[in-house]
Amino acid sequence: MRAALGWLWRGGVLGVLAFAIFGPLANLALWAVAIQWYFPHKMPLTYGFRYWGEVFKPTSDAFASLGTSLVIAPMTVIVCLLLAVPAGYALGRRLLPGRSVILLILLLPQAFPSVAVYLNIARVFYRVGLNGTIAGVVLVHAVHGLVIAVWIAAAAFAAVDGELELAARNLGASALRTALTVTLPLAAPGLMAAAIFVFLESLDEFTGTYFVGVPDVITLPLIMFTASIAGNYQIAAITALILLVPSIAFMLLIERFLNTEMLAKVG
Amino acid sequence: MPERRPLLLLLVAPALAMVLVLFVYPLGYSLVSAFTDRGGQPSLANFAKTFDLYATDILFTLVIVVASTALTGLLAAGIGGYLVLGAHPAAVAVLRWLYRWPLFIPFIVAAQCMRTFLAKNGILNNSLDALGLIDVANMSGLLDWRGIIVTFVWKETPFVALLVSGAMAALDRASIEAARNLGAGGLRILVEILIPQVAGVMTVGLVLAFVTMLSVLSVPIMISGGSPTMITVDMAFRVNSYSDYGVANALGFVSYLIAGLAAWVYLRRNLAGGAVP
Repeated sequence: MRAALGWLWRGGVLGVLAFAIFGPLANLALWAVAIQWYFPHKMPLTYGFRYWGEVFKPTSDAFASLGTSLVIAPMTVIVCLLLAVPAGYALGRRLLPGRSVILLILLLPQAFPSVAVYLNIARVFYRVGLNGTIAGVVLVHAVHGLVIAVWIAAAAFAAVDGELELAARNLGASALRTALTVTLPLAAPGLMAAAIFVFLESLDEFTGTYFVGVPDVITLPLIMFTASIAGNYQIAAITALILLVPSIAFMLLIERFLNTEMLAKVG
Repeated sequence: MPERRPLLLLLVAPALAMVLVLFVYPLGYSLVSAFTDRGGQPSLANFAKTFDLYATDILFTLVIVVASTALTGLLAAGIGGYLVLGAHPAAVAVLRWLYRWPLFIPFIVAAQCMRTFLAKNGILNNSLDALGLIDVANMSGLLDWRGIIVTFVWKETPFVALLVSGAMAALDRASIEAARNLGAGGLRILVEILIPQVAGVMTVGLVLAFVTMLSVLSVPIMISGGSPTMITVDMAFRVNSYSDYGVANALGFVSYLIAGLAAWVYLRRNLAGGAVP
């Protein structure tokens, strides 16, 4: 009897939690397949994929913004990794002079609320002609993703076994060759995680694009936002689902690349 | 042969330059702009106008962010505690599978989910109505300050819980077993043994969550459009409607101060503990 009551209690708490987590997602999914839905009807009146056709029509704004997002995100990954891989390699070595000060400066973007910074970047970009350009948006996404990318890259390099590098050097390999053929491949899974993370951050980024890109550069989150504010919940839900797929996939995959043990090595 | 140190510095330089040019410089620019008038003279006029127009919103922002952080901490501690102490492997496994879902969901998608879920005709109201707990006809939905808190907590709890449960799992189990043998219940072990030992990690997670909530523009706009609202929305409004960078930057300075409050709590903890993060 007590055991049954215990399970009733546990089941109840887990059930409420499951409702709290999946309820909002279910509501989004319903809107994505609803055609007509208004108060006081508890469920959509008609279902269908008509709005999916509208989103994926090559001439639609949403489809164009998906294209823009898929140009910006890989460019951001490239810019970020070009900066983060060397920086992470250097930070992964304890003998870097001023290491803690450098880490502190690189962590600054996480320590300050970013809205005021973005609106001033937009002001500076406006003066140098970067406002409303793809390059401007890529730069803003890159500085946002850089912190995490450097952090993960430094952790990945710090986790590489120094004995292996020493062995390569003893066998006569140069420092550069050791870095490229021993250290880099060993750190690759971590760098891959950094790349995926930056890609997602760029794909999902809203505030920076809102100040720097709009109205000339419209990414998928901006289209979703505009549709939602205009009350066009079907379009908003479908674009939100497109943004959701990579995020969920990453959550399910992340354990392969990252573990808390590795993260604990930086700091 | 050790690597040459100047070479290592050279490797960090591009990333450092990027942060200095695209973050530190605009940050300094926002501070200067907050403390000067339109003619470029040093002045506090922006702050006078800011407190005149937005005192309520500043308070509103502070209350929302503090309440969301507190709720996030409570839930994260509960989840982490159950994952470590839970006596039923099946329930622990279900919880472990469940709690992480919102972790990588973008804020803007979370906001859209909640915009429909918490609405008058959303699944929340309709489910409670179906259970006979409320009558939808008399309900207005939660799309106001409550909705912002729900969205923030929904989005930030998995992150803090992930950090906290990881730290808890790494603790020495001997003290837990000892307390259990002496007859301590799960809640008591959580509050008196686990939480004090992971307080450092938990503070880091909560400070990061706190600053993130102060930086999000989409959630307050999409969940609660009206007044009062959060200062992030006011900043965007001052710039978009009036090109009033002075007041927007003064509000920005206020948001730095609020974040500084969190950083101060964090630093004080570390100094008191004598530990380096």
